[in-house]
Amino acid sequence: MIDLTEITRIFKMGDQSVYALHEINLNIATGEYVSIMGPSGSGKSTLLNIIGLLDRPDSGRYALDGKNVTDLTETEQAQTRRDKIGFVFQSFHLVPRLTAAENIEMPLILGEIPPDERKSRVADALQAFDLQSRAQHRPAELSGGQRQRVAIARATILRPKAILADEPTGNLDHSIGAEVMTLLEKLCQEGTTLIVVTHDRELSARAKRHIGMRDGKIVTDSS
Amino acid sequence: MTLNDTLLISLRAVTSYRVRSLLIILAMALGVAAVVMLTALGDGARRYVVNQFSSIGTNLIAVMPGRAETSGAFLGATMGRTPRDLTLKDAQLIGRLPQVRRYAPLNVGVAELSAAKRLRDVTVLGSTADLIPIRHMNLAQGSFLAHDSEHSAQIVLGAKLAEEFFPTSNAIGQRIRLDENRFLVTGVLALQGETMGYNTDEIVIIPIDYAQSLFNTTSLFRILVEARSHSDIPSAKEAIHDTLKKSHDGEEDVTIITQDAVLDTFDRILHALTLAVAGIAAISLAVAGILIMNVMLVAISQRTPEIGLLKAIGADAADIRHLFFAEALWLSLAGTIIGFLFGQFGSLLLRLAYPQLPAWAPAWAIIAGVIVALITGILASLLPSSRAARLDPVQALSKK
Repeated sequence: MIDLTEITRIFKMGDQSVYALHEINLNIATGEYVSIMGPSGSGKSTLLNIIGLLDRPDSGRYALDGKNVTDLTETEQAQTRRDKIGFVFQSFHLVPRLTAAENIEMPLILGEIPPDERKSRVADALQAFDLQSRAQHRPAELSGGQRQRVAIARATILRPKAILADEPTGNLDHSIGAEVMTLLEKLCQEGTTLIVVTHDRELSARAKRHIGMRDGKIVTDSS
Repeated sequence: MTLNDTLLISLRAVTSYRVRSLLIILAMALGVAAVVMLTALGDGARRYVVNQFSSIGTNLIAVMPGRAETSGAFLGATMGRTPRDLTLKDAQLIGRLPQVRRYAPLNVGVAELSAAKRLRDVTVLGSTADLIPIRHMNLAQGSFLAHDSEHSAQIVLGAKLAEEFFPTSNAIGQRIRLDENRFLVTGVLALQGETMGYNTDEIVIIPIDYAQSLFNTTSLFRILVEARSHSDIPSAKEAIHDTLKKSHDGEEDVTIITQDAVLDTFDRILHALTLAVAGIAAISLAVAGILIMNVMLVAISQRTPEIGLLKAIGADAADIRHLFFAEALWLSLAGTIIGFLFGQFGSLLLRLAYPQLPAWAPAWAIIAGVIVALITGILASLLPSSRAARLDPVQALSKK
């Protein structure tokens, strides 16, 4: 489903060029559960950003769902992101002035789904993530675990093909983190591709496939 | 993203950051209120002057002896000639013109008024019966030169003079002296107060022939002419000019001033003044616009992670641009409406404080003020919203 061929991403630091990604070749099938590990600066976040179409490679080819997405326009990329990819971030990234329900609704608003359908889908999501009693609360009034559940509900509301999680438990304590991971894994079992970036060994060990990165290259890839 | 959702979500942002929004709205409102109030003041002054002018008569033309030259040689001066007098005969000729509804020859002088052991100097107007309607004066009692009494020694007293000389009895029918001549009081003017710098309450009016003999002159001070209608004024002016030129042996030695021309000049000056103050007030709108731009830039920098998130969940550049644009639009719209209400309220206070000043903001100023305010708001939000739209999502998301 995700098909990366010789992806290279170069950052300019002053007059030096730094290879964040160096000729990466990677195939991830639909429904796979992949962890990407590596020290900071190894390029794992950059890889995730490129897979999530937030960033563009300097060279190489990226096919998502069999379709070349390397040369999409910005608007087409935004649409692809919205429909096929769900992001889960370490710092949740909820809009502070909107309620939990409204945060979950945002992708539907961006996708111009009619209001009636939006309401029922948000209600379903709130139920699925056990957030009904928190629907009208703002992020500041929610616990870390609840915030991440809202973020996951938002990431999955448009039923994406892949969920990209960047240190999803980084801001949560251990047991809450495990609960969140169980939620994500359940989605994966239902057929969603799950890619988790982390430098936590224990978290990485839960995945079926482990990719190790160093200096912009994939150094290990084991199932 | 639909327009409806864009408007709703941006309105949410406006109401969420209350202090910030209130400050911007206040800045915009003060600018709009300044435009409305200052133009109300300027236009009020203009209307005040126009009212004063129409209170001395309508469709008026004044004919004066002598030629007002602002350039070129004045022949009469070099050849030792004085301008020809304006005479009663001239006035009668003017009175026959078809464009003229009525006319009043006028002599003005000062004489000593005395009766019942009281005496004082008064301004004397010598004229005919038509002076009263032409000058929009009203008689409180009696009449002036009523039919069949054109040649009798009548006098009309200003309201204050009647009160001073005959405090206890009715002035009508009393005898009064003007210098050495005796007059019969046949009318008293209504109390009118001061208009255009002189007080009709302290004048007396006598028939023109008596005034000419009193001041020992055959020349008129001026002839007041009322045209039949506003549109007749230019042709009346021309006809008067031709008539007097003919009767003065081809000499152009009179000056004809229309009330319109004077009024137009004042109108233009005060209109320009109103425009100038509106322009000054508009500067405060520009300042408000810059403030909006500044605050929107700060808002974007504060909400950078949010913009990154919106992009990550599928917003494209246009969505982001529209959101911030709509936010600035809400702010300027609210500021404009509140400013308009402030301005109207301020004008109302002005009118209450100075009842004689009709301080209504002209429609053009209100429309221009509102449009300029909205355009300023829109222009000021273009740069911030396009900057927000261009943000790189990866960098925006990583900003703490």
